[in-house]
Amino acid sequence: MSAADSNTDMRIKLSAIDQSMKWPALFFIISATLWLLAGTALGLISSYKMHNPNFLGNWEWLTFGRTRSAHLNAVIYGWCNNAIFAVGLWIMARLCRTEIRHLGLLIVAGIFWNIAITIGIAGIFIGDMTSVEWLEMPTYITPLLAIAYALIGVWGIIAFRYRQSEHIYVSQWYILGALFWFPWIYSVAQIMILFEPARGTVQSLTNWWFAHNVLGLWLTPMALAAAYYFIPKVIGRPIHSYYLSILGFWTLALFYNWAGVHHIVGGPVPAWVISSGIVASVMMVIPVIVTAINHHMTAIGHFRQVIESPTLRFVVFGAMSYTLVSFIGSTMSLRSVNEISHFTHLTVGHAHHGVYAFFTMIMFGSIYFILPRLLYREWPSKILITCHFWFAALGITIMIVTLHVGGWIQGLEMNNPEIPFIEVMKGTVPWLKARTVSGFFLAIAHLAFAINVFWIVFFRQGQKDVIGTPTLFASKQSR
Amino acid sequence: MNNLPLTFCGIFFTLAFAWIGIVLTNQIQYGALEPTTEQYDPETGGPIEGDTLYPQKPVGLAEQGKKVYMDLGCMYCHTQQVRRKGYGSDYERAWGRRQSVARDYIYQDRVLLGTMRTGPDLMAVGDRLPIPTWHHLHLYNPTITSQGSLMPPYAFLYEKREIKGSETSESALKLPPEFAVEEGYEVVPGHRVDALVAYLMSLKLDYDLPEAKRE
Repeated sequence: MSAADSNTDMRIKLSAIDQSMKWPALFFIISATLWLLAGTALGLISSYKMHNPNFLGNWEWLTFGRTRSAHLNAVIYGWCNNAIFAVGLWIMARLCRTEIRHLGLLIVAGIFWNIAITIGIAGIFIGDMTSVEWLEMPTYITPLLAIAYALIGVWGIIAFRYRQSEHIYVSQWYILGALFWFPWIYSVAQIMILFEPARGTVQSLTNWWFAHNVLGLWLTPMALAAAYYFIPKVIGRPIHSYYLSILGFWTLALFYNWAGVHHIVGGPVPAWVISSGIVASVMMVIPVIVTAINHHMTAIGHFRQVIESPTLRFVVFGAMSYTLVSFIGSTMSLRSVNEISHFTHLTVGHAHHGVYAFFTMIMFGSIYFILPRLLYREWPSKILITCHFWFAALGITIMIVTLHVGGWIQGLEMNNPEIPFIEVMKGTVPWLKARTVSGFFLAIAHLAFAINVFWIVFFRQGQKDVIGTPTLFASKQSR
Repeated sequence: MNNLPLTFCGIFFTLAFAWIGIVLTNQIQYGALEPTTEQYDPETGGPIEGDTLYPQKPVGLAEQGKKVYMDLGCMYCHTQQVRRKGYGSDYERAWGRRQSVARDYIYQDRVLLGTMRTGPDLMAVGDRLPIPTWHHLHLYNPTITSQGSLMPPYAFLYEKREIKGSETSESALKLPPEFAVEEGYEVVPGHRVDALVAYLMSLKLDYDLPEAKRE
């Protein structure tokens, strides 16, 4: 068999796998997009309230504490998780070279997941919020979430179990690890904080072990899996170094776990556990450098494609943000830096740096690659993609810069007892206003993205079926 | 890494390692902390018999108020932890006369340490501002007591009602003229905000522990 034949065979095979994943992936992508819009609206409202506290101040259900928590949960459990279910399972199926069967069950589980999140966020609005960070949704949805997750997560395992590929690729380790880690941290946190609360500040330790690991052992491995898949895929050359991937994976698994305690630096918990969290946070430099080198060496010499492919544009932006946000994170965990940065808007900026500039950007890039292959048609609007990228990139950059600078000033002033607290608070207002501006940028970006998604999914007229290399910017193809 | 059982063991043990280290070890190390007297008995090294034990269990209306504090999400702008003197300005800002320690929290079903200080720390707000009427005005509209505050108003926890007879109710807020409601009406606290203020009043750090003494 010639190389061209085997290549065609592989195309046919992958195409069949894509077809088998079509409906569940579409379902999760559309759900994710809707949650993204809801989360953006809630984020904007919360941001505006921060410098204009009377805004919508007469309604209890829209008080700041609730809109802010609804924003977080809509984004993390609505947008991020649905995006992960689409992208993670699709990559897993492709790499396992196996068609997924009994997809009805997967979609039913997905529907239950989204119903649970909807009830949970309604619960926050009506006053059933738990006030446990990253676990605000009331406990009555926990069983539903757990069952839905089990049914979704098990798909990744099944695909892996029946894989027909001989080689196991780095993305598969990350996805497999994450699918296993997430239910563990989630159920431990639910039990030890909400159902059978541990004594005193052991709750806080559990809380931050959990919340940081949602980022570290769930969002991060999934985004890295996507980066490891799409960068070589789109460029068309193998990943730079297999051994660096191994090193990166295991150091991440070992160190990220421990890092969460840096959220309680200076708090009422044993000093040794904080120190261990700081050590782990600094050690995170290793997986980050290793991954950065690996991605960079893969992409080097192909930067034209990074600019021309929407997928790579977003994914590379995300991968670069990962390096930067991790270095800043390691620095912030040091006691001398944390003394200033803790309790300020800098932390909020850092969280968005990780979840948005890194994770979300990579998910955008992934969806730009996946949808045309599920639907056999090209993205309808190049302008909307360009608009999406630039508003998202600019918006998140503005947000990160303003919250980092503003938060740092806030921290310095807060530690200076000569300055009355109210003056410290007033000093943050210009920065908070700038953050709201950045929120509008992101809202525009997300609208552009959503329009394009609904356009490609629901309207098929006038679009050319593209087989071959879709998802370069449309101008390279037909328009 | 084609050795699957080994990979899976690695995935399992890395997380087990952190869970044992951060969660389980601490649960064993201090998860059974008990209340104690302000000083240890020099002879036995334990609590002094007959002295009051601290911290004390939260009771009554304050516990209901904590629920309100939680469902409104106060914790997202207010911490409840005092860092040691010399680390930050917690001590100088009178947020507590001593550092808060693990034992202070043992009776709390839900620990609300918080991670954000958009507003000041509340660990000892009951010591610092022991005046319920101040808190009512502040909650009704924060700018009454704190010009330029970014705290949202919680006026929806209060009831505006017509004054019956000639006397205003005892609990009615004494609003300054620029915030006053129209003639013939008064603003009275609802039950939930009464509970919330009782909770704020109950937040105190007015005792010593052997491991943390007030300065």
